[in-house]
Amino acid sequence: MRACAACLKRAHLLALLAPWLMRGYRGPRRLPEVLALGDDDLLDAVCGSKRGVLDRRLEGFDADGASAEAGRKGLATVCPHDLRYPNALRSLRDAPAALYLRGDPDDIHTMTGQPAVAVVGSRRASPYGLEMARSLSRELSACGVTVISGLALGIDSAAHEGALDGHGLTVAVMPGGADVQYPRSKAALHARIGAEGIVLSEMPPGFRPMTLSFPARNRIMAGLSALTVVVEGARGSGSLITADLAQVYGREVAAVPGQATSALAAGPLDLLRDGAHLVRGAQDVLDLLYGPDVVKVGMQSPPRLSPQMSEILDAVGAGASPEEVLAGSMEPAQVLAGLTELELIGLVRRDDSGAYLRAVP
Amino acid sequence: MLASAATYAVHGVEAVEVTVEADVRPGLPSFTIVGLPDTAVRESRERVRAALVNSGWEFPLQRITVNLAPADLRKAGPGFDLALAAALLAASGQVSAERLGDVAVIGEVGLDGSARAVRGALAMADACARGRFAGLIVPCESAPEASLVDGLEVLGVATLRQLGDLLAGIARPDPVRVDRAALLRGPGGDELDLDQVRGHVAAKRALEVAAAGGHNVLMIGPPGSGKSMLARRLPSILPPLSLDEALEVTRVHSVAGLLAGEPLVRRRPFRAPHHSISTPGLIGGGSVPTPGEVSLATRGVLFLDEVAEFSRAALEALRQPLEEGCIRITRSQRTARFPATFSFVAAANPCPCGHRGDPRRACRCTQGQIDRQESRLSGPLLDRVDMVLNVQPPARDELISGTTGEPSRAVRERVVAARGLQAGRLAGTGVHANSEMTNAMVERHCGLTTAGRAALRSAHDRVGLSARGHHRVLRVARTLADLETADRVDRHHVLQAVAYRERPQSRALEVAA
Repeated sequence: MRACAACLKRAHLLALLAPWLMRGYRGPRRLPEVLALGDDDLLDAVCGSKRGVLDRRLEGFDADGASAEAGRKGLATVCPHDLRYPNALRSLRDAPAALYLRGDPDDIHTMTGQPAVAVVGSRRASPYGLEMARSLSRELSACGVTVISGLALGIDSAAHEGALDGHGLTVAVMPGGADVQYPRSKAALHARIGAEGIVLSEMPPGFRPMTLSFPARNRIMAGLSALTVVVEGARGSGSLITADLAQVYGREVAAVPGQATSALAAGPLDLLRDGAHLVRGAQDVLDLLYGPDVVKVGMQSPPRLSPQMSEILDAVGAGASPEEVLAGSMEPAQVLAGLTELELIGLVRRDDSGAYLRAVP
Repeated sequence: MLASAATYAVHGVEAVEVTVEADVRPGLPSFTIVGLPDTAVRESRERVRAALVNSGWEFPLQRITVNLAPADLRKAGPGFDLALAAALLAASGQVSAERLGDVAVIGEVGLDGSARAVRGALAMADACARGRFAGLIVPCESAPEASLVDGLEVLGVATLRQLGDLLAGIARPDPVRVDRAALLRGPGGDELDLDQVRGHVAAKRALEVAAAGGHNVLMIGPPGSGKSMLARRLPSILPPLSLDEALEVTRVHSVAGLLAGEPLVRRRPFRAPHHSISTPGLIGGGSVPTPGEVSLATRGVLFLDEVAEFSRAALEALRQPLEEGCIRITRSQRTARFPATFSFVAAANPCPCGHRGDPRRACRCTQGQIDRQESRLSGPLLDRVDMVLNVQPPARDELISGTTGEPSRAVRERVVAARGLQAGRLAGTGVHANSEMTNAMVERHCGLTTAGRAALRSAHDRVGLSARGHHRVLRVARTLADLETADRVDRHHVLQAVAYRERPQSRALEVAA
């Protein structure tokens, strides 16, 4: 089963029009209105008198060829005329006409029956943000929530990694074609999600992302999700566009607070001030999705720690090194051994520079 | 008339005997030097001519030919002046040639006839003591250094006049003698001490472990967190130099012209070259090879701050000294071997801007910049680093009221004791410290208790140690056990060593996944 010819043609049209659309681009909020236009109106609006050129190029469109091409790239196609097309998107005026996806097309249908959450944030994230994104996604995923993100550097990738760790479904919505590994450095993660989850895009295979592709992709993430959680992002960052579009579509928006002085926390804190839901951990998200205390974060009870070990755990993240914080009461050797012990239990993590962070259990 | 005087040329840190042959015969006045002299040696003609006349000797207005044998060795520097003057005095019949048969002469002269110190006096004296000469005539300034060599009569001369008188048998100065042991134990200067550092308890403890096992260290932390302040104090907790080590260091520093007035280097050197250094500057080089920073740091500490900024070639070149403890520089004629046995300490910022992971400042680096830095930090060079250590700037309270901790002296005592245990255990294997143990030795000497083995196993499961990381953890754990004079490696030793392991390489793991 594959997408119908008209829908494939629409995707093809968008790929052709992408450079033209760039010219008339008036910001992300207008994007849904533009994309909601039918083929004819869109061509008129965007190309005006020059649409003849595009018309001729569209006439030659071969739906069977396009479908076979996607097949060769290992992509399935799904359109709104297909039962498997996600219900969450059906209600959108500017719903993508065709979805090219890598992974099991039936999975995207099962998504309809379970809640999906977008976890998005800054590309240049802090170790705290990465840890929050990872642990949040891992636990949500373990509770059967689908985690949606954009496979960008930073928070997005951490969210996908966490979801894979939690053995739940994760969906990467790509700005370019679903077969285009973007960014290059996340090729391994792209392959892994393709094998264990879903990588999808509304653009035909091989399409290279343009500036406009990112807000367009963000609208699909927002549309697919019941809730969009922004973990970190400076003012004006792309993750705030996702949050904005989620509101346009009438979806819930939530944010993870950061340190008030950090530029990366500015986006989430602005959202919280404007009424977004507060997310401190997976339980907050579960409460939003299912109502208070219906589904509990499924973790085993925390290991019982000796008073000494709890003291060491409390010293982690207190600014200077834990050895220093505890200099008065414990030998540095004791503290160091304790820190490794906590790391082995999984209560602390180390960032790339080797500094200790408290892991969110 | 023909006369010759023996002297020495420095090649690497060894001295090679050179014979200065002077032939003075009637003819048009001329002065030619042959035998591969460099410019400084050629200019020796002018210095010796003026010096002889100014000290009341006669400069023979005849045809003078000087040959420096062996003729195939390139001669450099002003160190042949004094020998050249002596040969000329004898060849022109002003002093008897007899005395020149059993002494060698080294030194530079000034135009006023004063004798000046030369580089490499210790190496030359050492070669002289092993050669056929009973005595060595040196400029007074170099005399204490030359007399560090046992069984050699060192005669100091201050001027060319004194040299002539000595050769003529008019004056008989007393040989210079020094008490080497007393020199070595002499009062120390203003040494940097660990108790000058407030806070940093974790880093100080790590330095103690590094000193005790001879482990190389990589420190990662934001700018201004105190990485280089800590590294500078590592020599103060390393065991004191033995006489042989002190002589080795003195020899290298003398060749490089770095002896600042003291005949014997008594403290472990600390060298911190800037990251813009060239490869020859770091490992040594030149057409007449001169020691580089790695050799100047021998028996001491080589500290590379901002290690990721060093050129790839320079870092690659460090592998030989790190693995073999010496550096060989081959030139067309011969190979010079410089000692280069040092403790290696590298420091790096966590990212190019330095603020990644800093709770107080935001990082402004792109992922690409960070990846580039990471790839520098995971190069083969750092395979030789046993301990990675995160250095955080001390908190405000630590700076104001923090403890200063123990003085270096107390730490050094524990280090010396731990080193003693290692020397005993490793006797006869050719290595002296835990850091130098081969994997086979690690298996033999790092006996684990049951709890220790369990800790190591769970470290493998939870943090994914590589094979190399496994042996590193064991080496460091052995040192930790030595510091407690524990026979077997226990759980808390393993846990601490795991904390010092290589950094988790997120990208490497991701590609593997």
